[in-house]
Amino acid sequence: MTTVFEHIAAARAQGDLSPLVAAIPYAAFLGLSCAVVDDDLITTMRYDPRLVGNPALPALHGGTLGALLESAAAFKLLWAAESAVLPKTITLTIEYLRPARPVDTRARATITRHGRRVATVRVEAYQDDPGNPVATANVHFLVKREA
Amino acid sequence: MTGSAPPPPDDEAERKRARRRAWNVGFSENVPHNRALGLVVVDIGDGAALIRLPYDPRLVGNPETGVLHGGPITALLDACSGAAVFAALERMQPIAPLDLRIDYLRPAEPGRDVTARATCYHTSKNVGFTRAVAFHDREDEPIATSTGTFMLGTTAGGGKRP
Repeated sequence: MTTVFEHIAAARAQGDLSPLVAAIPYAAFLGLSCAVVDDDLITTMRYDPRLVGNPALPALHGGTLGALLESAAAFKLLWAAESAVLPKTITLTIEYLRPARPVDTRARATITRHGRRVATVRVEAYQDDPGNPVATANVHFLVKREA
Repeated sequence: MTGSAPPPPDDEAERKRARRRAWNVGFSENVPHNRALGLVVVDIGDGAALIRLPYDPRLVGNPETGVLHGGPITALLDACSGAAVFAALERMQPIAPLDLRIDYLRPAEPGRDVTARATCYHTSKNVGFTRAVAFHDREDEPIATSTGTFMLGTTAGGGKRP
């Protein structure tokens, strides 16, 4: 069995996170996939009826958006950062801006700061228009290698 | 017949069970993502909710350790906090999360259910304010804690672009 760290190393060498994403059971549950578009990593959450949280509107569950944002931020670190450690979430702050319609949702992350111990990532989730996000998050990750 | 005697304890227990059953239909069965996660309403009322996320291998983040991904814990805290807001409202009205801040204190242990307790400690005309904690057995050994705000009486409008 390929270890997560081997997946990370292979993904970084090839610039393709797909095998790593495929190895994470929860990423499959949520329908996540990664692609490099215009030199940046985009994480997509494929629409599925079981992602709905408000059937009356309908709108996606806030938890699925939080999970997409956190995952996209972690994938961005793995894709872009120098170190190949599995980032551990310290805090996640989600802002819900508008109802997320029942369609595919994408997320794009920016590494605000990458220190020795902590990396800070800003991430936006959007549907049709990248300039009109449905939710944003700020994530602090511990990126220190375990002693 | 004055009806001044307090109801026997069985009635109170039965009312609690009926309330829990109704919430499990409205919250877990009628909300697709709560159902997909298998969320169970353990107790609810008076602005507080206790909700269990059963361990499920599909929700694992690291297949080598079997530890749950942070995502389902985020969804549990979000859902539990929202339920606490509903349980604090005098009349049913739609709500929508405004923000949610989660602190991850320690990883969940593989193979174990995670429970969240949320309280809606204040409601104003427009906003409900929540605190929540996710844990295995002991609330004083939290896996994650959260604070959140929810807009009350929301409509499908969702705001305009600036």
